[in-house]
Amino acid sequence: MKDITLGQYYQAESVIHRLDPRVKLVGTLLYMISLFVFNNIFCYIVAAILLAVVIALSKVPIGYMLKGMRAIMFIMIFTVIFNVFFTNGDNLVEFWIFHISKEGIRMAILMMVRLTLLIISASIMTLTTTPNRLTDGLEKLFRPLKLIKLPVHEIAMMMSIALRFIPILMEEADKIVKAQTARGARFDSKKLTERAKSLIPLIVPLFISAFRRASDLALAMEARGYHGGDGRTKLYPLKYASRDYISYAVLILYVAIIVFLGITSARIIAHLTPANSYLSLLF
Amino acid sequence: MKIIKAEEVTFEYIRRDEDGNVEGINRAVDKVSLDVKEGDFICVLGSNGSGKSTFAKHLNSILLPTEGTVWIDGMDSKDEDKLLQIRQTAGMVFQNPDNQIIGQVVDEDVAFGPENMGVPTEQIKERVEESLKTVGMYDFRKKSPNHLSGGQKQRVSIAGVLAMHPKCIVLDEPTAMLDPLGRKEVIRALRALNEVEGITIILITHYMEETVYADRIFVMNKGKIVMDGSPREIFKRVEELEEYKLEVPKITLLAHELRKRGLRIPDCVLTVKELTDALKKC
Repeated sequence: MKDITLGQYYQAESVIHRLDPRVKLVGTLLYMISLFVFNNIFCYIVAAILLAVVIALSKVPIGYMLKGMRAIMFIMIFTVIFNVFFTNGDNLVEFWIFHISKEGIRMAILMMVRLTLLIISASIMTLTTTPNRLTDGLEKLFRPLKLIKLPVHEIAMMMSIALRFIPILMEEADKIVKAQTARGARFDSKKLTERAKSLIPLIVPLFISAFRRASDLALAMEARGYHGGDGRTKLYPLKYASRDYISYAVLILYVAIIVFLGITSARIIAHLTPANSYLSLLF
Repeated sequence: MKIIKAEEVTFEYIRRDEDGNVEGINRAVDKVSLDVKEGDFICVLGSNGSGKSTFAKHLNSILLPTEGTVWIDGMDSKDEDKLLQIRQTAGMVFQNPDNQIIGQVVDEDVAFGPENMGVPTEQIKERVEESLKTVGMYDFRKKSPNHLSGGQKQRVSIAGVLAMHPKCIVLDEPTAMLDPLGRKEVIRALRALNEVEGITIILITHYMEETVYADRIFVMNKGKIVMDGSPREIFKRVEELEEYKLEVPKITLLAHELRKRGLRIPDCVLTVKELTDALKKC
């Protein structure tokens, strides 16, 4: 119970782990956008190469990434089926209301590649960044939003406090379950409504205790001079190192290549592929 | 120079019914006057509801007195401009170790106070290292607080206050939730702080054993200070203490009973060694 990790952080010593969380956040975001803006196979090949390099650098076993994939298997199959059967275009096969078209197969394949790249890129970020660093990065990145009165520091503080208290409250919930079970409560009923009802004697005390803890913590924070984010310094401030600048350069290069490919590829495709060949399915 | 000076401090909780009408007033602290010399080890004793915790919260401006004044190192606790300075001068440690640790890693938690004060990063690192070493928790600096025992967590809390370089530390029943071993750890750390670093300690407690080494003890009952003196002076008055629902250390009680039965034992015995020495002379 005490070892619960959020966002499935994978402990390892690698360049990707050491990268500034801001680089990783910006990188992941740009990467995801790039996957959505351009919709052709050349861009995806470049994207896949970049991702493969990052995975290799991160020293996270491939199995870990694929675990994340399992969760979205259902959505993936669903989109593929939809795209294959319900995209209008040149019909290859037809029966009843279903028709399989060239465009459909093309869309399905692209969609699958896109989703796979998307999920893996997101999980790479959470696998190589501790929740702590992630909140730090978010706070720093969104700092300009303070101008429009968004309490960025406060939100980041809340996130990190929530992370700190999750294991404590889990333990507490465990204790309450035991205490209530000792007094005859049942948490294992098969009926859904009864099961929901049985949660009440767990949730009410848990909430009361959470509020008490929150009030204690607020007092303790105040006693230690907490007065919001103004004028605060940090034990481990986020500082860009040369590896971070290099990563940004790589990122800019990547975006440039993708944009270039996205714009020119239509012409290249027209050049390369003879009409009606099955290869043209992909383009 | 008096580090803490309280004059006629009164604090009232106003009880309200559901409509917000005043139902009654609870006087938690009633005209308390005291002063504390810099470098002293002070204990405030009292049973539950004696007002000792409420009073403690006045010492770093968490609560402001309804009447009277508290001065912390010469600063009036009501002075809002000096709030941060007051909280830095008089650090506070609370009862529940889980609810006062903010960081997810020990060193980050210790850094929380200096971070709030805007201390430059390099100095924060020094302070964290130094305070963790002082309480003997340096080896745990990279651990999650959730993996520590109660006594260790409480020592981390003390380090967190220490990193703010306070002149005085107020501890509100820091050992109430600990096992005997953890209690010993914490008290040992406090004594070291007081003797080696010369930091004024104000320990609020209801364990009499912890007060044996104090320079001065205040006993509170129903919001008032009812006894004031050195441990020997206080522990002599066994019957009076029992009246305030406080228990004298067992060794003192034993000596007291023996004395009552006619053995020639000195007036007030605080440690086992003193009693054995006295008994040998009989």
